Amino acid sequence: MGHAQLKDLLRALAGDARNSLRDLTPIIVVIGVFQAFIIRQPVDGLMSIVVGGLLVFAGLTFFIFGLKLALFPVGEGLAHSLARKGSLFWLIVFAFVLGFGTTVAEPALIAVATEAAAVAADAEVIANTPEAMADYAFGLRMTVALAVGVAIVLGVFRIITNWSLPILIISGYALVVLLTALAPPEIIGIAYDSGGVTTSTVTVPLVTALGVGLASSLKGRNPMLDGFGLIAFASLTPIMFVLIYGMVV
Amino acid sequence: MDLIVTTLVFVADSALDVLPIVAFLFAFQWFVIGKRMPNGGQILAGFLFVVVGLGLFLEGLEQSLFPLGRMMAEQLTHPEFLFDTVEQAVAEFSWEDFYWVYIFALTVGFSTAMAEPSLMAVAIKANTVSGGAISVVGLRVAVASGAGIGVALGCLRVITGAPLPYFVAAGYLVVILQTMAAPKEIVPIAYDSGGVTTSTVTVPLVAALGLGLADAVPGRSPLIDGFGLIALTAMFPIISVLAYGQLSVLRSRYSKSNRSGKDSD
Repeated sequence: MGHAQLKDLLRALAGDARNSLRDLTPIIVVIGVFQAFIIRQPVDGLMSIVVGGLLVFAGLTFFIFGLKLALFPVGEGLAHSLARKGSLFWLIVFAFVLGFGTTVAEPALIAVATEAAAVAADAEVIANTPEAMADYAFGLRMTVALAVGVAIVLGVFRIITNWSLPILIISGYALVVLLTALAPPEIIGIAYDSGGVTTSTVTVPLVTALGVGLASSLKGRNPMLDGFGLIAFASLTPIMFVLIYGMVV
Repeated sequence: MDLIVTTLVFVADSALDVLPIVAFLFAFQWFVIGKRMPNGGQILAGFLFVVVGLGLFLEGLEQSLFPLGRMMAEQLTHPEFLFDTVEQAVAEFSWEDFYWVYIFALTVGFSTAMAEPSLMAVAIKANTVSGGAISVVGLRVAVASGAGIGVALGCLRVITGAPLPYFVAAGYLVVILQTMAAPKEIVPIAYDSGGVTTSTVTVPLVAALGLGLADAVPGRSPLIDGFGLIALTAMFPIISVLAYGQLSVLRSRYSKSNRSGKDSD
């Protein structure tokens, strides 16, 4: 690796570190001000919180840096080549795998699924053992990943066939309302939250690349509108799938 | 020592989480596109960073953001903090007693969205697309206000125990109505901004806040009432950005008619 290239990488790493710091600063400032001026009580385990904060900072920086170095260029390159190649079968397979695989690696989803399992165990919905909790969290994540995979396939179909986005979205929400009425109450909150969790760090850039690549290789499509359509589906189907997961499990 | 062991477990788990997408991307590159991966070394190094970073991040969440969110919820709802006395019957609370919770939620939602790096990119894109009608700062304030209101309303919902589907259904009804009335080019930007606010750092903190509140407020169950903050935090920026787009159109129409009035002087 050349000297100049290494320098570029270090500069990129520093940039990502700055962004992570920017992400964390408001949380630190707001909580700090509340603790110092409003709550005014000693904080338990301050040391562990500080160490954890440093880990979050370092972890987020490495994670984003690695994504930009590896996952994003490869994923975007593949999305463009596949969109140009024009094989519907491989495009559909790729769309599903992309949605599924990126969601499995989504940090916010891992974190929330673990919390949801702990809460379900406390409420005695599932057995209070580490295995049962791990199973529940895993099942939840796979359900959401499956949902995002299906969403991206649907979104790709929509771009090709040019179905109306608003009609699909509105009928999707109608289905959500119907499923909400049928689902057990303890899954509803988790289901609605999982829609927001999926549209996060890993999934959005890659899925947008697929949408934009596909829309710009087809005539008469608007890259901006169609790229966005995929994300809209990706935050809708997890709600339905998790509601169904709650009815089955 | 414990910290090192649990961190290593998280890193190992992350490797399993990242493996499928890596394997699929390489397989596609080789078998479907029929080309070798360009810059193979750089890409493997990148994935190593992803795995280690994800592991450290998840360990850090357990140590800091989750406990912090829960601690804030517990302290801000503590009877001693609310009423300066422990004697006050906790059962006789009303939702206004928890005003510090709403102020905290509003500040956290607003400030995290305001500082979000990816929101800058969206705002600059919006400024270009609209030919300057949507200002960068204006859009950021709109998104951040939406996020703040979303978190605060989510807390209010946890405290009152009102059903989440009503909030979500009413919100999306407003979104649909606004979508029909708002200028067309703001619509995708508005929908995108919902995803921007639910960033990797904000989601765990907000989730912990909701669960902590449901734990601390008498009569609430974490399982039934504790979730839903993320859903509302993702929804409200859509409403506030669409509203901002509608306002921008009105304002530019007004200033245009003003200017043509002056021109004729």
